[in-house]
Amino acid sequence: MSKKVSVSAAIREGMHEEMVRDENVIMVGEDLGKMGSPFALTLGFLDEFGPERVVETPISELGFTGMAVGAAMRGIRPVVELMYNDFISVSLDPVMNQAAKLRYMTGGQMTIPMVIRAPMGAGRRNAGQHSQCLEALFAHIPGLKVVCPSTAEDAKGLIKASIRDNDPVIFLEHKLLYAKKEQIPEGEYIIPLGEADVKREGKDVTIITWSRQVYFALDAAKELEKSGIDAEVLDLRTLVPLDWEAIKKSVLKTHNVVIVEEGVKRGGFGGEISAQIMEELFDELDSPVERVAGLNIVSPFSPPLEDANFPQVDDIVGAVKKVLNKSVSLV
Amino acid sequence: MVNVKSNMEIENKYSKEFLVKLYEEMVRIRTFETKAGECFNKGMLAGNIHLCIGQEATAVGANYALEKTDFITSTHRGHGHCIGKGAKTDKTMAELFGKATGYCGGKGGSMHIVDVNLGILGANGIVGAGIPIATGSGLASKIKGTDEVTLCFFGDSGANTGAFHESINMAATWKLPVIYLIENNGLGVSVDIKSVTNTPNLSVRAVAYDIPGKTVDGNNVLAVYEAVKEAVDYARAGNGPSIIECETFRHEGHYCGDPSSYRPKEYIEEAYQKDAIKRFKEYLLENDVTEAEMVEIDEAMKKEIEEAYEFAVNSPYPDLSELTTDVYSQDNERSVVR
Repeated sequence: MSKKVSVSAAIREGMHEEMVRDENVIMVGEDLGKMGSPFALTLGFLDEFGPERVVETPISELGFTGMAVGAAMRGIRPVVELMYNDFISVSLDPVMNQAAKLRYMTGGQMTIPMVIRAPMGAGRRNAGQHSQCLEALFAHIPGLKVVCPSTAEDAKGLIKASIRDNDPVIFLEHKLLYAKKEQIPEGEYIIPLGEADVKREGKDVTIITWSRQVYFALDAAKELEKSGIDAEVLDLRTLVPLDWEAIKKSVLKTHNVVIVEEGVKRGGFGGEISAQIMEELFDELDSPVERVAGLNIVSPFSPPLEDANFPQVDDIVGAVKKVLNKSVSLV
Repeated sequence: MVNVKSNMEIENKYSKEFLVKLYEEMVRIRTFETKAGECFNKGMLAGNIHLCIGQEATAVGANYALEKTDFITSTHRGHGHCIGKGAKTDKTMAELFGKATGYCGGKGGSMHIVDVNLGILGANGIVGAGIPIATGSGLASKIKGTDEVTLCFFGDSGANTGAFHESINMAATWKLPVIYLIENNGLGVSVDIKSVTNTPNLSVRAVAYDIPGKTVDGNNVLAVYEAVKEAVDYARAGNGPSIIECETFRHEGHYCGDPSSYRPKEYIEEAYQKDAIKRFKEYLLENDVTEAEMVEIDEAMKKEIEEAYEFAVNSPYPDLSELTTDVYSQDNERSVVR
């Protein structure tokens, strides 16, 4: 049994089920009340759960994120909404220096069970301060878990796992996926953190990606079929913890890798995956790992400029062909 | 500053036992800090330590107005706050030494003394960072419907962070049970608070949030106790937060080893003249506590701190197997490896 819902409705449903299941789960953030959040993620929550569990805050990201950390220390499980992941600039201390570090720094005394949900990504013509993909920044900070779902089904199962997780989880939702309607299973289900998903099986090349670029990669794979290339698309879903076994399994099958991410290429998480593959699977590779990513620039406003910045299907197709042209099988 | 003597004239309503306890706690903290400073100067401690010598009355007066079940957040200058809340001096000293027996297993150090079971939600290395955390603890009490209050220690510099405004605005609006206690020692590292702040005192900011605000002599342990007690009762009754500013002095530099030549001679003179322990001793002598009784306490504290020192010195360093533990509470190993 399944039903068709949007990605945003799937996340909302997951949060709703957790709110009903556990009274310690609360929502914290801007415009979560009457408005139900700018992307309708908490629509109806205020009426159902009341203002003590739907904490509609002033525009005080530093204050309410830090407040959520303090509440989490006391056994509350806050789900904080940052209206855009770009706003982490004003609330990074509670995330980076407090939530992420306090378990370690207190010798394991503290548990900080909180989720920070934040829309991310380009394509909505929101310009440089509302379009970034900042997953690499979060993944760089030990103590944080980082989740970047692509499908409605994954988004629901992963938000539930994130809320139940006892560590701080950064849950990044691509804005341009919210309205995407997809089939999800009826009823409750959980998708554990740290499990990648093969979104398309293939034998010639592995395209490793996450979030919205999963769809670009799937379209590219379809395009590549026309040239007789059989691409596997691996959706990481969670960057920390990373499902290395899934990466390894796919690389051992295809021996060629393209990593695709929307965010800035320099220091991006794709570079990290590429390095790990080089370090541990070098002998398995038939070609150098190729990255397709955003340029090292500020996300532009003007539509043609913005579209030229983040990876498009053609870029992925081109990268795969480039990799396979270089590919030398010694077997 | 108000006349020292008259400031001490508080109605004789406290039991001798209580007064002696306050004295003992202040001496415990000062003896601990003095010993820690000695160890640092001998090169026995790694990193930095920030001593609270001179500020014992705020740590003790405030903590003694709390119940055991209440919570505190503290600062980089937090040894006194934590000891005042009940932290053991041996485990605190061991943490300063980076030993496995310290409160955080040696992973936090001087600026991060925590005992969650004592309601200590942490000293903190980031100025002002405890303010939103304390606010969240207040929110948790409200959501759970329990009556613990949270006392948030921070300095005059913490009061100039954005976290101060954002947090107190929310706490005031939602009537969260939090006491925001500013230890105003007049210095942000080297900067005179008056050169970076326009108002003569900091509690006046309470007006902006329509909550109670008070400035008290922070070197008068009973004045601190009374002001905090009033704010605690007010918060516990569901009326919301208060701001209490305690005017005090830092006897030492910002960190141990800081020559602090930026402090004017007058500051240092006033700090010693108004020393909290010296003044409380005079008060106790006028209130049925003998010199001999106090000397006995002084000796007992010296002994306790020597034992804490021995405990720390003789404790093992953390095993290297602890290096990668406790970064995460779930799926730690995999999340640390990659």
